[in-house]
Amino acid sequence: MSLYVVQFLTGLANASSLFLAACGLSVIFGVTRIVNFAHGAFYMLGAYVAYSLTLRLEGAFGFWAAILLAAAFVAVLGTLLEMLLLRRIYQAPELFQLLATFGVTLMVEDLVHIIWGPQDLVGPRAPGFEGAVPVFGLPVPTYDLLLIVLGPLVLGGLWLLMHRTRWGVLVRAATQDRDMVAALGVNQKWLFTGVFTLGIFLAAFGGALQIPRTAVTHQMDLTIIAEVFVVVVIGGLGSITGAFLAAVLISELNAFGILVFPGISLVLMFLVMAVVLVIRPWGFLGKPIQTGVTTIGEATRPWRPWSNTTGIAVAVAVLVAALLPVVLGSYGLSVGSQILIAVVFAMSLQFQMSTGGLDSFGHAAYFGLGAYGAAMTVEWFDLPMELALLVGPLTGLVGALVFGWFCVRLSGVYFAMLTLAFAQITWSIAFQWVEVTGGDNGILGVWPADWASSPANFYWLTLTVGVVAVLALRHLVFSPFGYRLRAVRDSTVRAEAIGISRQRTQYVAFAISGTAAGLAGALFAFLKGSIFPDVLAIPTSIDALVMVLLGGVATVSGSVVGAIVYTMASIWLMSATDLSRLVLGGFIVFLVVAFPQGIVGSLSAFVSGPFERWRTRGRTERTIAVSAEGSR
Amino acid sequence: MTSAAAKLDVARLNAFYGPIQILFDVGFSVGRGEVVALLGRNGAGKSTTFKSLMGLVDRREGEIRFEDAEISRQPTYEIARRGLGYVPEDRRVFGELTVEENLEVGRQPARDGVTTWTPERLYALFPNLAEMRRRPGGQMSGGEQQMLTISRTLMGNPSLVLLDEPSEGLAPKIIEQMADAILAMKREGLGILLSEQNLHFARLISDRAYILEKGRIRFSGTIAELEANTAVRDQYLAV
Repeated sequence: MSLYVVQFLTGLANASSLFLAACGLSVIFGVTRIVNFAHGAFYMLGAYVAYSLTLRLEGAFGFWAAILLAAAFVAVLGTLLEMLLLRRIYQAPELFQLLATFGVTLMVEDLVHIIWGPQDLVGPRAPGFEGAVPVFGLPVPTYDLLLIVLGPLVLGGLWLLMHRTRWGVLVRAATQDRDMVAALGVNQKWLFTGVFTLGIFLAAFGGALQIPRTAVTHQMDLTIIAEVFVVVVIGGLGSITGAFLAAVLISELNAFGILVFPGISLVLMFLVMAVVLVIRPWGFLGKPIQTGVTTIGEATRPWRPWSNTTGIAVAVAVLVAALLPVVLGSYGLSVGSQILIAVVFAMSLQFQMSTGGLDSFGHAAYFGLGAYGAAMTVEWFDLPMELALLVGPLTGLVGALVFGWFCVRLSGVYFAMLTLAFAQITWSIAFQWVEVTGGDNGILGVWPADWASSPANFYWLTLTVGVVAVLALRHLVFSPFGYRLRAVRDSTVRAEAIGISRQRTQYVAFAISGTAAGLAGALFAFLKGSIFPDVLAIPTSIDALVMVLLGGVATVSGSVVGAIVYTMASIWLMSATDLSRLVLGGFIVFLVVAFPQGIVGSLSAFVSGPFERWRTRGRTERTIAVSAEGSR
Repeated sequence: MTSAAAKLDVARLNAFYGPIQILFDVGFSVGRGEVVALLGRNGAGKSTTFKSLMGLVDRREGEIRFEDAEISRQPTYEIARRGLGYVPEDRRVFGELTVEENLEVGRQPARDGVTTWTPERLYALFPNLAEMRRRPGGQMSGGEQQMLTISRTLMGNPSLVLLDEPSEGLAPKIIEQMADAILAMKREGLGILLSEQNLHFARLISDRAYILEKGRIRFSGTIAELEANTAVRDQYLAV
């Protein structure tokens, strides 16, 4: 009995920390419609800055002043980010907003590395809260009790702020209808800045409060962001109270899950999230959100299969690629194989994103599942490579079928966040289930069959598989299924009205995409000869996204070019600088700010804009009656 | 035309949603304390005209002079702060905010030479609202929401109000109440531009009228002139 009470209290203390981190994200999303990926980075910065300040400020007063000053300082950084970056991308598709804030996360990671060094830091304990009090004979840290009180206090304070001040009323109004608030004379610009600052203050405060409990580490940002996404999705985006309820549920589940089923508490968390989302797709207290901006611009020209000339050009390019082993050495060929694998991986995501309109932020899951599936086939069952190359895509498929069943019930940002959460769960399983996956040590000795072991032969193998996979996916885009998928993407209501099920169509696309990613993962395992949990981590998902963006979301297979360029650039970058995350993060931010409609979208708008306007002038008068007021 | 004394003077207004042009060289004016009706069938561009005035369309071109300032390039909130009030067709009441809170969102500082509205004065104008100060906007009837959205806009102390189809979907009794309220606003010296699909409601309260069809102005004159002109009414307003 006493053990349960203590676990319950520990759960509540964790819930408070989680709530502080999550509520800011929810508030920011409610008003600005931006899912701030950098929230975890600010949480981490809060902890690091608090650590440095507590070293300089002494005594009980100094400690608490340090915590609050750290949160305030980081909040100012947040204000600057909002004014300098986010204001430029409020109109951009949500995918770009997620990517830009992820770019900021990458940059912060390297900056933290430069300023505080690589080692974990242990801060001081909170003066006056060092000890423990006995509860039913078991010790409970007093600091935990403090946190248990603090969570509801912050919740109450936020409630008062939102309901008892003019600013709060304006924020709630803007959460429902931003244009109307502006039409009533409110300058949203400063409302947005204020909300963002508040949200970042809360995140940094949550991070700073962690230093008496845990070490300050570089992994804090991505660890917390995955949990925060789960909490916010379960609680309902934009709802503060929902975030609190979800934080309590998740934390208690973890606390008791460890007690009852040690080792599978993560799976439990996933199951609960799944159940909640099936019953309430928008979370406890969330509301369905209209996703205003789609990735595909209005001016997208219709896709067409390759003309004869393009077909010949592609055939020549493949032929040239097939002749490369004549000139390249083994290092060059291994880079070549890596690029080809990236091409398949990027193409699998592009199929889902461009054709399906499903912006996945967790595509690493299926790549990684394919890699682990193949590696384990060889390692644990001693089966040949040929079979492993079949098992890889199959594990990707199974993963996509399980996760996709939940994901396709949602759309827009909810979809993106859920895919990310699933990818993180897969990563945690690979990391923690040491007996099967080898944990951090990975699986070693995954070598190709003898006939494919020479660099040239393996290169030809990946080239063959890659070309077939890309052509097959392209073919699908122009098949009846591809048309259905695009119909659902462009107008869900109209597609459903002619008998096309959105969920089923997207589910199939998700499964196909996951299978192709699994195939890429399987090849990757054999190329590297070993596999680690890294392949499942967030950066892998981001790599795929950037490749698709580089090639152009509005194209059918531009990611092939994007993958080639990006993979070569990142291999070069890794060898050229220690600060690759800073450079890559800066590059992503630049990409989003400079080309808010995507590279291809921006280019085609630039080239064909005036022409399109001239061409449509004739028919506008005829279509006006339909589109004028019906278009809103 | 009262162009010299006009509060709102619009010339050669073009508006676009994406690549599609909705308004073509629209021009009209509303004088001080005048009630002007903008008539036209569903889809003629009435709502788009109002949204263009407020800067809520993708792109607009032309001249919009309000109180002797050019506002066609100004952001929405700035236009509202100059005293141009907007009551949208779909009301857009903040459903999760109470009546009091809805009014609070609209509150702006007092303006010289214009009536200053307070919640108490608005409750006197719309007694129904006074009985439901704490009720969320989402739990009100259509007529109550229409009263609330007008009151919310009046809290900004506007000198001219754009009323987009104020009688749409309301019971006859509520429509009478609405007409009384608009006349009360007129007595306070407010200019009013209202859009309507048919003459019936508009002629109770308007001084002048314009007819919009397929994004162009097709008629301009007094209500009496319009009532006399059967040909125009048949061509542009009959269903």
